[in-house]
Amino acid sequence: MEFKGKVYKYGKNVDTDVIIPARCLTTKVESELAKHCMEDIDADFASTVEDGDIIMGDTNFGCGSSREQAVMAIRGSKVKLVAAKSFARIFYRNCVNNGICPLEIKDDLYDKINHKDLVSVNIRTGKGHNHTTGQDLAFEPMTGRVLELLQEGGIIESVRKEMAEKE
Amino acid sequence: MGMTMTQKILAKACGMESVKVGEIHEVNVDLVMVTDVMFPMVPDTLEKMNCDQPHSPEDVLVVIDHYAPAPNISSANQNNYSRKHAKRYGFNVIENQGVCHTILPDMGYVSPGKVILGSDSHTVTYGALGAFSSGLGVTDITAAIATGHLWMKIPSAVKVVLTGKPADNIQGKDVILNVLGSITAEGARYMSIEIVGQGLKHLGIDDRFTMANMAIEGGAKNCVIEQDQITREYLEGVLDEDFEFVTADDDAVYDQVMEVDLSKLTPQIAKPSSPDNVVPASQVAGNKIDQVYIGSCTNGRISDLRKAAKILEGKKIHEDVRVFITPGSQEVYMKAVEEGLMKIFIDAGAFVNGPSCGACFGGHFGIIGDGEVCLSTTNRNFVGRMGSKKGLVYLASPITAAASALTGVITEYQEAL
Repeated sequence: MEFKGKVYKYGKNVDTDVIIPARCLTTKVESELAKHCMEDIDADFASTVEDGDIIMGDTNFGCGSSREQAVMAIRGSKVKLVAAKSFARIFYRNCVNNGICPLEIKDDLYDKINHKDLVSVNIRTGKGHNHTTGQDLAFEPMTGRVLELLQEGGIIESVRKEMAEKE
Repeated sequence: MGMTMTQKILAKACGMESVKVGEIHEVNVDLVMVTDVMFPMVPDTLEKMNCDQPHSPEDVLVVIDHYAPAPNISSANQNNYSRKHAKRYGFNVIENQGVCHTILPDMGYVSPGKVILGSDSHTVTYGALGAFSSGLGVTDITAAIATGHLWMKIPSAVKVVLTGKPADNIQGKDVILNVLGSITAEGARYMSIEIVGQGLKHLGIDDRFTMANMAIEGGAKNCVIEQDQITREYLEGVLDEDFEFVTADDDAVYDQVMEVDLSKLTPQIAKPSSPDNVVPASQVAGNKIDQVYIGSCTNGRISDLRKAAKILEGKKIHEDVRVFITPGSQEVYMKAVEEGLMKIFIDAGAFVNGPSCGACFGGHFGIIGDGEVCLSTTNRNFVGRMGSKKGLVYLASPITAAASALTGVITEYQEAL
C-alpha cells in the first residue's frame, strides 16, 4: 500500500478535540466534519489539504475522548495515512476500523520530514522517499491483520466479507 | 522469551504457542458485554455489517444498568429499544440486578483465562479473577458480536509488586490510587497492568475488583491480578465448572516494575479533576464536603458496605452532609439488609439507593450542583463527571468516605476496624 502526499506535521498530544472540536459534532457527514478538521491548531489545514495528503504527529496522537468522529473528519479530508511516534489506543483502533492507516514511526523519521514536505511511503516494504529534501526514508513495515484490515477498507467491510463467506 | 499473564491468555485465545509484544492477532472472544449506553447503536452497526445471525448470541450480555431505573423519557424509550432488539437477536438481557461489573463475576460469567470484551471502559474489572477483559467502542464491540473474534495488539506490561501488610484503614482503593499517582493517567497506555506479590494475601476479593477496575485510569488496556487461595475460594462459590489459574513465566519481560509496600501506605485521595491527581488523605484533611457517595462498580461491594457501616454504627452523619449509599447489586443489597447494615446507614441519616450506576457518571440518584464538593468512592473525578461542571469530586475509599461523612470534612480514619 503506497501513499504519496504532502505532510502536515504536528507536535505531541494532538487530542481528538483538536482533530474535531466538540462544537462541530452536530453532524455525521464526513465532508462537513472535514471543514473543521484541525482548525484549532492549523487554520489552513482544511483549505489546503488535498486527496492523499499525510498527517504526522509526535507521541500520543489522538488522545482524549473516544469520539469516532475524529477519524471521520480525517477521512473526510481525504487523508489516508496518519504517522505518529505513538497513538492513543482507542484512536488507533478507530483508524484501522475506518480504513485510515495509523503508522507508528521512530524519532529519526519524524525528524527527517518537515511541514509540507512531499513524501511517498510504502507501508508494506517500510521504504519511502522525501521528494522535497531528496532523502530516502526507512521504517518498520506494517504486516498481518492490521494491513489486511486496511486493504479491506476497515472492519465493517471485513465483517461483511466474513458474513458473505459464511452463507 | 517468557510471557506475562495477559500475553499467555491472548496466546491461548488465538491458538498460538507464544506471542510477542506488538504483534497483532485475531483473538477468540468468550463473552461480550454491552450496557444500555452503547447497545442502541449495535443493531444498526450489525445491519451495516450485513450480519443477521451473530456468532453466538448466548455469549452476549446486554446489561441495563446506567439509565436504570430510567430517569427520563428518552432513556426509557432507549431502554425499550435495547430490550426489543436484544431479544430479537437472542442476546441475554440482564436488568434490575445491578451494575455490570459487580454482577458478572458474582453470576459466574468470569473465570481465569477467559477473554471478555465490554462496551464500558471499566470492563477491565474482571482481571481481578485472572481474565483478560477490556473496554472498546461500538464498531469493535459489534464486530466481536458478529464474528466471535477481534484483532488485538499484544501489550507490554507494567508489573506492580505488592509487599507488606496494610493497616486496618487501607483498602484496595488506596493501593490503586497510589499506583495511579505514580504512573500517571497515561503511564500504562497500550499496556497491561499485572498485579502480583505477597501483599495480595492481605487484600480480599473485593479490594482486588477495585484495583483492577481503576487500571483504565492509568490508560491500561487491561489488568490481571495474580490468583491465589482467596481467588479460589471466591470462584468456587460462584462457578459450576472447573478453572485453571493463569501464571506468568519467570522470565516474562516488563516495561516497568514498581513496588508498593502496603505497610507504609496511608489512606490516599484523588483531588479534582483527574484520578491520577493523588495525595495522602492527610494533605487535604479538613476540606469541607457537601456530599458523600458510597457505591459504584469500584466500591459497591459487600465488604465496602461492611466497613462503612462499622464506622457509621450508632453515630449520626454531619448535619451539612448528604450521604448516598448505592449497593453494586441486588445480591449485595440483600446481604446488607440481612446483616443489618442498611439499618445502620438509615439510622445514621444516610439515603440508600437501589443498585445502579447512579450518580457515578452523573446519571441520577445524587448528582451534584454548582460549587458543591463530593467525596466519592467512584472511579472518575473529571470535570462535570457527577453533575455540575462547577462541582468538585474527590475520590477515596469507603473507609475515608464514611469517616468524612461523620465530620463534614475530609477525614483520615485512624481507629482500628
